[in-house]
Amino acid sequence: MAGFIGKRLVLSLITLLLLSIIVFVGSQVLPGDVGRNILGPFADQQAVDALNEQLGANESLISQYLDWIGGVLTLDMGDSLAFRRPVQEVLGDALVNSAKLALLAFIIVVPLSIAGGVYAALREGSTRDRLISLGGLSATAVPDFVWAVLLILVFSLVLGILPATATAPPESGFFTQVEYLILPAFCLVFVLFGYIARMARAGTIEALDADYTRTAVIKGLPQRTVVRRHVLRNSLLPTIAVIATQCGYLIGGLLVIETIFNYQGIGQSLFRAAQEKDFPLLQSGVMIVGIVYLVATLLADIAYSVLNPRVRLAQES
Amino acid sequence: MSTASVDTGLPAPAAPAGDAERAAQRERFALLRSSKTFLVGAGILGIFVICAIFGEALAPDDPYATNPLNDLAAPSSDHWFGTDRVGRDVFSRVIVGARDILVVAPAATLLGTVIGTALGLITGYYRGAVDDVVSRVIDAFLAIPVVILGILAITALGPSNLTVIIVIGVVFAPVIARTVRAAVLQEREMEYVAAAQLRNEKAPYVMFAEILPNVMGPVMVEFTVRLGYAVFTVATLSFLGFGIQPPAPDWGVQVYEHYGLISGGYWWPVLFPALAIGILVIAVNMIADGIAKAFER
Repeated sequence: MAGFIGKRLVLSLITLLLLSIIVFVGSQVLPGDVGRNILGPFADQQAVDALNEQLGANESLISQYLDWIGGVLTLDMGDSLAFRRPVQEVLGDALVNSAKLALLAFIIVVPLSIAGGVYAALREGSTRDRLISLGGLSATAVPDFVWAVLLILVFSLVLGILPATATAPPESGFFTQVEYLILPAFCLVFVLFGYIARMARAGTIEALDADYTRTAVIKGLPQRTVVRRHVLRNSLLPTIAVIATQCGYLIGGLLVIETIFNYQGIGQSLFRAAQEKDFPLLQSGVMIVGIVYLVATLLADIAYSVLNPRVRLAQES
Repeated sequence: MSTASVDTGLPAPAAPAGDAERAAQRERFALLRSSKTFLVGAGILGIFVICAIFGEALAPDDPYATNPLNDLAAPSSDHWFGTDRVGRDVFSRVIVGARDILVVAPAATLLGTVIGTALGLITGYYRGAVDDVVSRVIDAFLAIPVVILGILAITALGPSNLTVIIVIGVVFAPVIARTVRAAVLQEREMEYVAAAQLRNEKAPYVMFAEILPNVMGPVMVEFTVRLGYAVFTVATLSFLGFGIQPPAPDWGVQVYEHYGLISGGYWWPVLFPALAIGILVIAVNMIADGIAKAFER
């Protein structure tokens, strides 16, 4: 068990190192003259030189890389050009806001999609199964900004029951904040539902087909017990892994949703950073997103192996 | 049609490999022709392709012609989908808007499939150190959401249709490489591969002339599935202002230019292009679903 986790940890660290190189190349090598890129073609050459000096763009690539990655590790990532605040402060506030939105979305989508997937699997081939599967597939396939404008049109413009922005007035209470986050959360729910439901459905169908399920039925257990004790235990395991890996997608989705609903989370911060060519914020922000994703998948792998006795015991022996 | 049912029977045991392959091919087409999901998806996509090719000829108005005296006019018999904030006809823009996305998304998918298939063949065939290194790099790429990676690269390179194609192609390649690699790992244990190696065939020949034709099934499936994601991603990047650029009548661009006006009650310049994106993406996914079922029996 410890060996397995150690190995996964080392692999994740290597991936992280490569990731940092990709992000660095993308944000500091590809643009060429960083200062010129930020200030535009008509800027004064002196101003460009001064900015390059300030950003350290004149030093060798290796020392630039070490400066930046050292800053990320010590939580000293320089100043954001767009927000005129230290990058780590901007990202810290943004992560808290995004976590609220993501948490609400997960609280809604996880029970809903697992129930939907299991329900569809128990009625495999029926019209309801087709409806859930095709509906889920379509909901997942449609871009989140399309869902966002459709939901705003219906609930905000036509029905007038929910606000079209996600930022609650300052100092508002818990329930007001939730009310403001419902529409953006549901955009994420639509996109995640099909994916998780499909996994839950496939896992359940496989477990229903297994020999141990047939044995349980033959020995006369009631269907309810068979499903709860034998089928769900096995079918939900892969689903757990999928939910964790969806964290990565979620942050990509947040970028769009937070922009539409004007919500100051990690997604909107990255978007503004890209729009205003705020490279210090952009590269550290993308790096943080990568770290969050890798930690989530690592935790999912560990949770999967702890929960699955077949993996757990195979590792021990 | 009647010949198809005869051909779906088991091929004669002595039939050469080519015949069996052709019979399997015909069976796949028969499966596709009988799949309602596939046919509906293909029908919808067909309509959009016609819009993309003959756009201006079908559109009642010039999609670029502005009319400041008639901006944000509600849908009427003159303008079925109303006019946008500079008085352009939304219906005409929705029709012609099919073009850019139907060029950029398939081109990006094709690029990604070519790079990804090559990477998958190489990592799956050589395994060992090459595989380890490439797989780690692929993992690193997969750790960043596609949209964010796209925005990072397009900020660095500047937006244009070609940049979008290259960026999405490169970002998709690792995912495709993974699927192809898994298929190659199975194929390389087959006897025909050993036979080719014994004949002293060069590694590129074994990979591309021997193994590749046998993993075309997964490659095809992966292509159509990725095409759906590509439409999703291109539309999202355009919506964010990092994809297809104005004044192109692209759907994502139209939503981007007008979503701020929704709360003012101007829903038509947003709703119709948004619906067009939704319908196109669902159609592509229906096609992908049909093809996946036909190849993975």
